[in-house]
This record gives sequence, C-alpha cells and structure tokens, in this order.
Amino acid sequence: MVLQPAERHRGDWSHRRLGPWCSPTGSPAPLSCETGCGEGTWILVCRLLVPTQVSLLSMEEDIDTRKINNSFLRDHSYATEADIISTVEFNHTGELLATGDKGGRVVIFQREQESKNQVHRRGEYNVYSTFQSHEPEFDYLKSLEIEEKINKIRWLPQQNAAYFLLSTNDKTVKLWKVSERDKRPEGYNLKDEEGRLRDPATITTLRVPVLRPMDLMVEATPRRVFANAHTYHINSISVNSDYETYMSADDLRINLWNFEITNQSFNIVDIKPANMEELTEVITAAEFHPHHCNTFVYSSSKGTIRLCDMRASALCDRHTKFFEEPEDPSNRSFFSEIISSISDVKFSHSGRCIMTRDYLTVKVWDLNMENRPVETYQVHDYLRSKLCSLYENDCIFDKFECVWNGSDSVIMTGSYNNFFRMFDRNTKRDVTLEASRENSKPRAILKPRKVCVGGKRRKDEISVDSLDFSKKILHTAWHPSENIIAVAATNNLYIFQDKVN
Amino acid sequence: MEGQAGQDKSPQAQATKARKILLMLLSLWPSAASNPHQPMNLTWVIISDTTGEGTMLTRGLKRKCSEDEAPAGPLQRQSLLDMSLAKLQLCHMLAEPNLCRSVLIANTVRQIQEEMTQDGSWSLPGPQTAGRLPRDHLVSTEVLCRSAWAGPAPAPDPADLASALQAVPATQVPRAVPGGPWDRAVPGESQGGFPRSLDQVFGTLESHGPGAVEELLSDVGGSYCDLDAVLTGVVGGAKSGPEGLETFASVAAPPRGTSCKADLGELDHVVEILVET
Repeated sequence: MVLQPAERHRGDWSHRRLGPWCSPTGSPAPLSCETGCGEGTWILVCRLLVPTQVSLLSMEEDIDTRKINNSFLRDHSYATEADIISTVEFNHTGELLATGDKGGRVVIFQREQESKNQVHRRGEYNVYSTFQSHEPEFDYLKSLEIEEKINKIRWLPQQNAAYFLLSTNDKTVKLWKVSERDKRPEGYNLKDEEGRLRDPATITTLRVPVLRPMDLMVEATPRRVFANAHTYHINSISVNSDYETYMSADDLRINLWNFEITNQSFNIVDIKPANMEELTEVITAAEFHPHHCNTFVYSSSKGTIRLCDMRASALCDRHTKFFEEPEDPSNRSFFSEIISSISDVKFSHSGRCIMTRDYLTVKVWDLNMENRPVETYQVHDYLRSKLCSLYENDCIFDKFECVWNGSDSVIMTGSYNNFFRMFDRNTKRDVTLEASRENSKPRAILKPRKVCVGGKRRKDEISVDSLDFSKKILHTAWHPSENIIAVAATNNLYIFQDKVN
Repeated sequence: MEGQAGQDKSPQAQATKARKILLMLLSLWPSAASNPHQPMNLTWVIISDTTGEGTMLTRGLKRKCSEDEAPAGPLQRQSLLDMSLAKLQLCHMLAEPNLCRSVLIANTVRQIQEEMTQDGSWSLPGPQTAGRLPRDHLVSTEVLCRSAWAGPAPAPDPADLASALQAVPATQVPRAVPGGPWDRAVPGESQGGFPRSLDQVFGTLESHGPGAVEELLSDVGGSYCDLDAVLTGVVGGAKSGPEGLETFASVAAPPRGTSCKADLGELDHVVEILVET
C-alpha cells in the first residue's frame, strides 16, 4: 500500500543521518531520564486515534466492508473493535513508533523534526505509514478462523535508508520493509510521461532518464513471510542481538528463524507433553538477551522464568537458570497460580536484570539470583480481595505488559481504569497516571491519581469499586533514550513527555 | 424437609426431582438455563435459589466474593468449581480457545478437587483408591478441556491428540452402567455409556425437551445411577455407577453425625432423592 502523508514539508534532507544501526547498549540516557519519574512531571504530547486520525489526514481510503459489518461501536467514539491497539513499540532510535491493532493494521508514527519556527511541535508524532499487515485467515483443518490481530511488533535496527519491522499475529510472522521514495525517474525513452509505451519508430533521439524530486511517498512491502511453524498461538517475537536471527514463541514451543530463510525454522524449546492430559504449564513470553546472542529467557503460566543457553544443546528444554519465587503461604488462595502467571518478561537494557509482570505485581530479577526477585512492586494490590470477581469476569486473565526506561531506572506498567503506573527503582517512589480523554488537551499536565482502598475517600481519589475494568492499559512503550512514553488505551494512543525534557 | 422429599415415590415427583437436577446441571451452563419450575423446599448443593436465569450462579457467587477471600468454605469452593467448569465449557464454544486460560482454569479445578478430596468432603469409591493420587480421578477436567484444546475438528497435531483421545477411554475414563439411558441419549458415544465431554450431555439434554428428561430418567435405578455418575464424573471422576452409588450410601450413613461437612451432608441428601433409600 502506498500512501501520501499530507502536510509534510520535506525540504533539505541533509540533516537526516541514516547511519549504522544502533549499538546494542543504545546511547547513554540524557539527564532527563536520570531525574526519574518522581521529580519530573508528565505532559500530554498528543493523542492519536487509530485509524480515525489516519483518515483525517486523507490517507488512501480503504473501506473494508467486512470489518465494518462485523464491528460494533464503542464509547460513542465511532471506533470499531478493529481499531483496538494490540501492540506498541518504539524503534531503536525512538524516531518511529509502531502500533498494531486488532484489525491487522500497522500504523507507524514518526517524530516531528525540530524546526526553528515551531519549537513546541518537537516531540509530536505524526502518521508516517499505515498498512495492512495481516488478513484474517481460515484454518480449514481446524475449521477455525485465524485472527488478524497483531500480537507483537519488533523493530530491526536500521542498517540502511529503509526501516524493517517484524509483525506477527497468532500464526504468521512477517518482515516488512518501510521505505521512502522522494525521487522519480523521468525521461524514459520507451515510455512517455504517462507510462504508455511509445512507438519505437517515433523515437528520433535518446535521452538519459533523470531523477527528479517528487512528493514524499512511504511504501511498506512485505519482504518475508514466516508461516506454518506454529500450532499454537504466537505470544512473543524477539530479535536476536546478532541481527540475523529471531525467535517466535507460542504457548508450547519456541522457534528460531533466520531472517533470510522462511521455509525452515529451528525448534529450540518444546514443552508440549507427550500426553496432552498432563499439560499444566504454558509459555507466556520470551525474549533474547540484549547482548548475548546465545541467551534467552521464557516465562511460564506458573510464574517461573527459565534462562536458556543455545550453546548447550540444540533443543533448550533444559534450562541454564530457573527463576522462581517461593510462594507466600499467607497469601495462598485458589487464585494463587493464576495471578502468578507471568504475562510479560523484559530484559533490562543493560542485560543484567529481567523484569516480569504478573497480575498484581512487577518484579525485577537479577540474573545471578534465581531464588527470588530483587525488587517487587505492587501495581494494584487493592485487587487482591477482588480476585473472585475478577476471575468471574475474566479480568484475571488480562495480560499486562511492562517496560523499562532507557536507563533502566524506571519501570512502567498498565492497570485498569486507564491508569498506568511508574516505579522509580532508585528513589522507590511511584506514581499513578491516567490516560483519559477528559484530560487530553495538548500539553496538559497529568495529575497523579490515587485509588482509595477503604475508609474515607478523599476528594481526588477514586474508590476501588468505581474502577472501570473495561478500560485497561495493557500496552505501553518507552522511548529508548528520552522520557517519552506511548500508552495505548483501547483505540487511543497517548504520547506523554516529561516536562523537564 | 428431607423426609418429605424422600418419601414421595410417584413418577410425577420423580420427574420433578429429575427436572430439578437438570436445572442444576444446566445452571452450570448459563446460556442454556431453561425456565425454572416452581422450586420445592429442597436444599441444593450448588444453587442457593432458583429465581432468575443463568446469572443466579454468578449472583450467588458475588455475595460470597464480597467477603474476604481467605477462608474458602466448602460452599465457596463448590461455587468456584462450578464457575470454573462453566468457563471451561465456554472455552469449547469460542472460535479458538485460549490455551493459557484453559490451562489455568483446569489447574484451578484440579486444585479445588484435590483440596476437597483431602478434606474428605469428596467421597472416593472404595479403599483401593486411598493411596492413589487424586489425579486419576481428575481426568475429567482434561476430558472437558481437550475439546477446547483440540478444537471442534481434528487438530493439526492429529498424531498425538488422537492418541491421547483414544488412550483416555481405555485407561481412565470410568465406564458407566451399560445400557443405561445415557447410551440412548448420546448416540455418538461409541466407547460406552460415559459421556466423553460434558457438553455432549448438555447438547443432548438441550435438544430434547423436559419431557424427554422424564423419558430418559423414567428408569429408576439405572438412570439415577448414571445421573449420579455424571454428577460425580463432572467434578471428580468416579467409578462406574453402581459401585459409586453404594459407596455414597455407605459413606453417607455412618459419619453423618460426626464429620458433618456441609458438602457431604447435602450430597448425601441429593443422593437420597435419587436413590430413595
């Protein structure tokens, strides 16, 4: 799909440095990161509606009647279910921000370039490209529809002028190339300006075609399709630090791919029992180590993390390290296992720690200590007494993600009622913020929110029973070097920035 | 209360009771809960009142949920168990079940069953099973789940799943009384009287009307044996009908005054209605 971004002034390109890919450690975080989250205040940079915003920018109209017929209106915002954002990811420089939605679309936002005229516009993200990554498919063998929902997007580091990203739904991973075209060849001999073939008999002179500038066009083309390797639903993809391989993990297996080879993949983890009756544990997330291309971790539904070394054997069923926290007997209930199920696992940028998210907490583990986490943060402990109701309405199975900031000093994760939480690991301070339409004036300052657990409710507090459990923030992303965060709330994408920045 | 129900032996009353049991079963599947009949003054194990539609289970549960979670009484446990089984049923109805969710729910069911077994509120048939792990009796949750995990049609992993499916009836699924009405009711069942999955039972029950239930359960002894087998099979697996029933009766009689757990007493009460001992 080729699209014309509107209102883009592309003048001099010399300031764009399309340099070598980022080093794995990334650039050192600027001072703004090190102030942490307690000192800084967060302001809203922009709120983007996907894809309504896209249509407002007069993108190529793509009326998908099937989607419209099968969707339903929500929240009076004229958004369809297909617009629900299902993944958010910054690229390695933070210049681009990709979102995937339930309708199989990928929308890429690009950061507004700094300009002398409009200083305040720096930091805003505008639509750069949008394309349909996955279509719904039908598995004839199982008589089941394969959802087109994008589960994960992962960027490849930039190696040339084009951008590459991996996007996946439940079954198929695709490598997309996003490239710009701002010049067009003119002056062909055999074709005229409209592209019609010229009669060779009429050609009397020869000319050399020249490249002339044209309006910027951003093209997205699928370069590789990695299909038919997963029986179960893919939950994670992770690009290896060698930038030649990546892995895809489903509920029971993890496969290793080479970017160049689409008809083969290596199975490196298989926890499927011989007898499916004995299945009690599934893989929930997996990630490669940021520096060591032989190391990866995967988390399970029983709250364990396994670190594996691919040098040990071809099939990494035997872990190198096993991280598990002993259960707290005082907190034991029938829901203990469900809330211990890990929904996300992320290496720190330094590669020394991993962070895991289970239903009520975020935990930071040191790779050298397997028997317990070094830090535990309560995200919404007030829900502990509501687990039965949350089990009943299925909220207990919600999979929240978690992210590190660029310097690994702050961690962030989402909650209900469109709340999201940040924890400063150094100062031990935390803050609860809300991504809401009511406060979405640009540059509006986010006010910290507080949930009242019992007793008297103060003026600005919200009581636990008033929380809206249908408004959940599952997907967030943090800019790799600056204090800019992207928060997905249903079909809205909020971008916040630290005011100090 | 017990005497009144136990002594009414007319086919009419039997049918009414059977309908009540059907209601109880159907309440596990909220969408299929039919119009409740006039409730008799019976104490039921699972549901607290028969007003309302499928949400009665959830409503009752909400009342319990508002209290502190920590002391999970037997009634709460039972409600949780029923809710979990209902969720597993829903797994089966969705387009593509979420394996993680199914596994977590199945583990929860297993945990509840283990605890109930340890408490003794769940009767295991016969002393020969005393040393055995409860896992053998919990196979029915796998049976429930497998239809969710495998999908409604043959899965792309036909080799292992098919072998798993075939292995189950041979080794672990108990065989109910042959020739019982469940055989007639579940014509697709080739392996014996025991329904392979709960939804097959539900599907059959739903497709026939309440009148058919009477027809199905008109045979007193055998039918109630099978019904009881289904009941126990749903939640914990059991040996075949008559054995299990005898054990029920034997367990029920002596420790009535002594161990007096709410579950056991009420199960025993239900059994009385069924068997009319």
